[in-house]
Formats: sequence, C-alpha cells, structure tokens
Amino acid sequence: MEEYSITVVGIGNAYRSDDGIGLYVAKQIESLALSGVRVVEGIGDGFALIDAWADSDHTFVIDCASSGAPPGTTYHFDALCESIPSNLFSGLSTHSISVNEVIELARVLERLPRGLIVYGIEGKSFSAGIDLTPEVRQGANKIIERIVVDIDSLTRHKVTGGDNA
Amino acid sequence: MKSRTIKVDYLARVEGEGKLYVKIKDNAVDNVRFSVFEPPRFFEALLRGRKFTEAPDITSRICGICPVAYQMSSSQAMESVCGVTVSGPLRDLRRLIYCGEWIESHVLHIYMLHAPDFLGYEDAITMAKDHPDVVNQGLKLKKIGNDLMVLLGGREIHPVNPRVGGFYKVPTKEDLTRFVEPLQWALEASLETVRFASTLPFPEFERDYEFVSLRHPDEYPITEGRIVSNKGIDISTDQFLDTFEEIHVPHSTSLQAKVKERADYLAGPMARYCNNFDRLPKVAQKAAKEAGLSEVCTNPFKSIIVRSVETVFACHEALRIIKGYKAPDKPYIEVPPKAGVGHGCTEAPRGLLYHRYEIDDAGIIKDARIIPPTSQNQKAMEVDLRQFVQKNLDLTDEKLTWQCEQVIRNYDPCMSCSCHFLKLDIQRD
Repeated sequence: MEEYSITVVGIGNAYRSDDGIGLYVAKQIESLALSGVRVVEGIGDGFALIDAWADSDHTFVIDCASSGAPPGTTYHFDALCESIPSNLFSGLSTHSISVNEVIELARVLERLPRGLIVYGIEGKSFSAGIDLTPEVRQGANKIIERIVVDIDSLTRHKVTGGDNA
Repeated sequence: MKSRTIKVDYLARVEGEGKLYVKIKDNAVDNVRFSVFEPPRFFEALLRGRKFTEAPDITSRICGICPVAYQMSSSQAMESVCGVTVSGPLRDLRRLIYCGEWIESHVLHIYMLHAPDFLGYEDAITMAKDHPDVVNQGLKLKKIGNDLMVLLGGREIHPVNPRVGGFYKVPTKEDLTRFVEPLQWALEASLETVRFASTLPFPEFERDYEFVSLRHPDEYPITEGRIVSNKGIDISTDQFLDTFEEIHVPHSTSLQAKVKERADYLAGPMARYCNNFDRLPKVAQKAAKEAGLSEVCTNPFKSIIVRSVETVFACHEALRIIKGYKAPDKPYIEVPPKAGVGHGCTEAPRGLLYHRYEIDDAGIIKDARIIPPTSQNQKAMEVDLRQFVQKNLDLTDEKLTWQCEQVIRNYDPCMSCSCHFLKLDIQRD
C-alpha cells in the first residue's frame, strides 16, 4: 500500500531572528524522522512552493507573521477553505510573491495539494542574528505539537480525497 | 491655468519600491519624477576591508533575481586585477548559469509582471483565471531556469557555488545531459512565448534611444565584450567611468546615469538586441522577424517581445553549451591576489552591470564601485514618461496612469539593485 505523503515547508531567513521561526519548526519536525514526511526548507522563490507540494497529499506551510499582534500569537488556516489575510505574511523577498499570493495563484490554477494547512507565528525581532525570542519559540512549540498530532492522524487514518484537512 | 497630476505612490509588479509623479500644466508636461525610495544599502562601503574573494558572495546579495550577474561581474573584475583569464569549460559554465538566470528573470517578467499590463489585469493571479495555460507555461519555463541555477549554483536564489576563478564544484556531463530534454521543451515554449508576446496590443510610441550594451566578436553578449552603442561608443570595460557618469537627484535614493556631456541611454534587452542582432542564433532571429520585429526595436512596450527572443537565445545557448561540455580537470583557476584596479562588466537580465574594485597586495578591497542597470536606465525611464505623456494627453487620468506604470514596467526595473549605492547627501536647513 502506498504511503500517504506529507510535506512540511518552513519559510524564513534563519539569520533574521524570529523570521527564521518557520525553519525552526521544520527542523524540529525533521528531527523526529516521521515516516512519509518530507521536510523542505529554504525556499527563496515563492513560485517554488507550488512545486514543493506538487507530489504530496498533504502539506503544512509554516511562516513568521508580522501583523502587529502580540509576539508568539499563532495562526492556523485551512488554505483549501479560506484565503490567508494579505497583511499577515510579508513577501518571501521583494523579488517574489508572498505565501498568500502563491496560494491564490495555485488555487486559480487548480494546483493546490489535497490538504494545505498554513501556520503563522507572530514574530517580534527581525534584526540580524540567529536567536529566537522566547515567546515566539513558545508559540512555535505549540504548533510543532499540533502538526505532530495532525500528521499522526493523517497517516493513521490515511484519508484520501479532498476532505482530509 | 489647468493642471493634472498623475501619481502612483507604490508601483506594483516591479522589484522593490518605487513611485512616479507626472505634473501636467496647460496641456504640457511640466514635471516628471521616477523615484526609488528604498533606503540606500551601502554595499560598496561594506565591501571595503573584505577579501577580494568575498566580493561575489557579498554583492550577489544585492539582488535576489540577478545574483549571478553580480557574481560574474565581480569575479571578472577581480580576475582582471590579478591577471587571470577564465576560459574553456569554466567560462562555458559561467555562461550556462547566466542563461539560467536570464530564463528565470525574463520569464518572471514576461508572464507574471508584464503580460497582465497588456491584457488588462491587475496581476498574474487574476490573469491566471482567464489564461491558466499561459501562466502554467510561464511557471514551467521559469522553473527550468531556476533548476539550472540550482545545479550550477547550489541554489536558485543567491547561488553559493560560483567563485573568483570558477566554481567550487563543477557538474558532470551526466548532470548536464539531464537538462537536454527540459531545455528542448523550453526552447519550443520560448518560441511560443515570442508568438504570444507578439499578439499583445502595443501603444504606439517610438523613441530615438542610445542603446548601450556589450558586444563580443563571436557571441551574443552575456559575460564579456566591449561596451558599444548605436551612437558611436566603442570602449573597453575599463573605460566605463570615462564615458558614463552617475548623478544624484533629490527625488531618488538611486543614482541616475548618463553618457558624459550627452544624455540618457538605454541598457538591457532592447539595447543588446539592437547592437547584436547579427549575433543571435538563426532560430531567434527568425522568431523575432516572424513576430514583426525589425533588427532594431525602438518601442519600449515591445521589450516584452525582445525579452522573449532573448529567452529563445538563452535556451538555445544552454543546449549548445551542454552538448559541447567536457568537465574541466579542476573546478577553478587559482587567483593569487595582486594590488591594482580591475573592472568587470557583464549583461545582467536588465542590462549592463559594471563593477570596479581596487585591492591591495593581500587581496583586501580598498574601494568598490557598482553601477547596476536600473540606475543606468532611470533617466531613460523619466524621458520615456515625459514623451509618452506629452503624446497621450487626451487619455483619461485612469488610462494614463495605467500606461505610465507600464512605461516603467517596460524596463523590468529592480529598485533593490539600484539603491545599493554609497553616497548619501543630507541637507539640513
């Protein structure tokens, strides 16, 4: 029986403090070596997200949010059912499109995966450096727990079709 | 007295942050300003005191869309100081990674940033609703450029593999052969792109440009050549600063360039095309002619067709290099430091990218100067705007604003590149 494939994509710049929180989450998930789970880090070109999830049944995308909410605030979106607010995530760079834009493009092109959950963690510091703010890390740890539960549920029940999110 | 003001405070579908302002008074254009308002980034200052071998990695950070151009111009400058010439397969690989960058950058602009202008869409997402096949083709074509950059550069944005003297690691013949099939598809897709671009509705507008680009004896220029123009310039790269000058204007954080004691000039695809049509492969020349282009294109709105023709060239050139490739014995040539001044000039997707460095005996950078294409084109953009508005005063404000934005986007400008500069004048009254 073919394994249910799950992709976890961490987005951010590890050298800009909390901006690297998505990469932190991805690394933690990777260290758990969960079966059927592929971890992708370091996407610099927003369009590459569409390719990153192309071969997976279910994808989690984690990025740092910057909307003015208290640091560590977490967000959860089922991207198949809802759009991501445009003020939440900044562009992957000034040269590329943001997470919400690439999701909308993929939606129009019917190139979303069967399941796509986007997590955001509100950042506090975006200055040069590799340290994460404690409350932001706390928020990320909550998300890691939740993703692990989601992955467990997805792989155990091996749901197919579009109602698995 | 009747006046109209056209303002766009935050230009969309360009790289970085810029705005435009046009003042019309008594049915005549009174004032035109294209402003880059990204903060200066001081790259030239932070290069001072660093080792000459660090310049490719540091300067590539200026731009996420043309990092290879920075790596190549800076490497060439350092090699010229130290008296080293990179030739053979290493030179070919440099050209090949540059082809990847041209494909990736041109296709992004053609499909995602520029085409929506002509078809009347706010952005690529809304365009994709009506033209999904067009957008999907653009994404697939762009990815082949990205993949070439990943193979040769280690990653698609800010590659880490190129270095002064060559590369840290070179691909095997097999690594490259895997690209033959995708590139053959890309060549066909780029020919379709030329046909698609040629069907777009173009405003009537021509201008007598001075086209400045590289020219090479045998090749369509990417990595080297003399700097030439259609109005008589023919200089070696070390004469760049004798011929061109940069001016600081109050309304922009980016310097503007001009030909000394003359006027604005245009760098980029239209300039390369005009100065080097005879160097294009037949397949690209034929595609251009079938698209209705003559050997010189002076309508800046048609730069989308020229970019498409250059994409044909880049795919064709990549295939040619891959077919003839034989892996070199060593991935790089040793470049021992030598005190002196060196110049590098290569063709970034948006045009000439000039670097000048002074280093000491230990290879420490004493001085750096970088002149990217968007700085060079800034003045030409303003002249285009002035002339275009003057000829189209009868348009409604809404339509005129839309087309003024288009005038800027014709250049595929990269503000992030253009405001890397050092000089900052602060006036306190």
